[in-house]
Amino acid sequence: MEAYAQPTLEPSEDRNIVSNPAVFSKPSVERVYRHQLPVRVSHWINVPCLLILIMSGLQIFNAHPSLYWGDRSDGDHPLLVIRSTQTGSGDSKGVTTVLGYQFDTTGVLGYSNGSNRAFPAWATIPSAKWLAMGRQWHLFFAWLFVINGLIFTAYALASRHVTCDLVPARKDWRNIGQSIRSHLSLTQSGVVHSRGYNVLQKITYTAILLVVAPLIVLTGLAMSPTLDTACPWVLTILGGRQAARTIHFIACFSFVGFIVVHILQVVLTGFTNNLRSMITGWLTVRREGVSHEA
Amino acid sequence: MKHKRAIERRRFLKGAMGAASLVALSGCDNLAQSSWLPGILSKAERLTEAVQRAVIPRDALAKEYSSSDISAVFPANGNTDPSTENYAEHVARNFIGWTVEVVGLVKTPRSWTIAALKELPSRTQITRHDCVEGWSAIGKWSGVPVGDLMHQVDPLPNARYAVFHCADVDDEGIAYYESMAVADCYHPQTILAYELNDRPLDVAHGAPLRLRFERQLGYKQAKYVMKIELVESLAGIGGGKGGYWEDQGYEWYAGI
Repeated sequence: MEAYAQPTLEPSEDRNIVSNPAVFSKPSVERVYRHQLPVRVSHWINVPCLLILIMSGLQIFNAHPSLYWGDRSDGDHPLLVIRSTQTGSGDSKGVTTVLGYQFDTTGVLGYSNGSNRAFPAWATIPSAKWLAMGRQWHLFFAWLFVINGLIFTAYALASRHVTCDLVPARKDWRNIGQSIRSHLSLTQSGVVHSRGYNVLQKITYTAILLVVAPLIVLTGLAMSPTLDTACPWVLTILGGRQAARTIHFIACFSFVGFIVVHILQVVLTGFTNNLRSMITGWLTVRREGVSHEA
Repeated sequence: MKHKRAIERRRFLKGAMGAASLVALSGCDNLAQSSWLPGILSKAERLTEAVQRAVIPRDALAKEYSSSDISAVFPANGNTDPSTENYAEHVARNFIGWTVEVVGLVKTPRSWTIAALKELPSRTQITRHDCVEGWSAIGKWSGVPVGDLMHQVDPLPNARYAVFHCADVDDEGIAYYESMAVADCYHPQTILAYELNDRPLDVAHGAPLRLRFERQLGYKQAKYVMKIELVESLAGIGGGKGGYWEDQGYEWYAGI
């Protein structure tokens, strides 16, 4: 999950990794061992897992492209409907209705490439309508994702990766304003990397790892009619079987949003450096002109 | 020079990764057609079944709802009319002559008319039907527990599966059938239902008899049941995968 390093505007945090503190005016370069092996392995297992889970999940969604709350799918009050309609001239168009608001999404949602389908062929596995095969992909990689997640969690707790690196400490929260400003300014290239994650990274990774990932697994399991017999209270808490499906979908798009921003950040803050650090563990930390420190 | 090389390398890397991801994605379609991949993917079904059977108590009941939860419209999916001549005759005669027989690996094969089934102790349950497509509907089902029928026919020790043969055929003339583990037949909520929402089952919902196997997905709920056959192996029946939908690639263990 943690492939990139964020710039920080608090050079004081980096004091311990400057190789030669006396040379303040010159850029100093140091390599730090950023990602432990288990973190890197689980990260790269997650890459194909998430890609396949998302795309096969959209294939499954396409079999009934509506979302509801509660236990039933009565069709009276769907929260989301993606469908195609005929226009007056006989053409098809894609219509997405969210909470009663209609949007024309022809070409992407509802109708794409001459086919009536909620999500387009390029977004689903398999690309053609094939629910049975979509489920096969989905359930296989769901197991891989869960096993990988359990091993990562055990490691992260035992090695104190969670408490030391991920969950924001009190001093992190004090820097949140500065961190937000530095992210918004988008002047990330050439800014220093720090040894640890900045507060926005910590919040994001903690939310994804401790909230979204467990929630997507829980809501996925809650859709199992067999599992519901043993723990019906899970569906009660989640708001019903169709609510679980809706939360599963929202969690999926939380992952999509995270992945898009994540990759964007990886590219903006030094693509090769970040990529290397998630492959070898080593991140190059460059510090330029820290004379404003003190 | 060094800088330029780095840029070129970066550009190459980006291109290569983009190409690789495209190949990987379109590759999924090709892989799905291969002979080996579906075999690997379907291992997940075995794992799911093993874990669910190990973790979940065999007699745990599916949630039963109150009458105010019943869906206004219970969708009828799959075949909604067998439309064979034989079935049409049964409809015309109100299923008076319809029988369900239990045969195969049993000590005493038996058959029942609908009237005879209705004289047996019945069970009524308001349960949720979860379709593999993603929708759910709640209905009130009444019928006879399949376990009661099993006690009467006395399955032989080598009977592993109960195969439900149905009266409907698809457009290509392939007969619909389903199957479940004999052990699951004894679950108290596994019933042969003859009523939906206090009315005799209509044709669209599987008249005169349909299976309710509440702990699994909708496609296991066989309609138009006319014969239950106890077997040791599913090979040789239909496409050999244990059901009409299973033969088309859906999981036999439909617990998730």
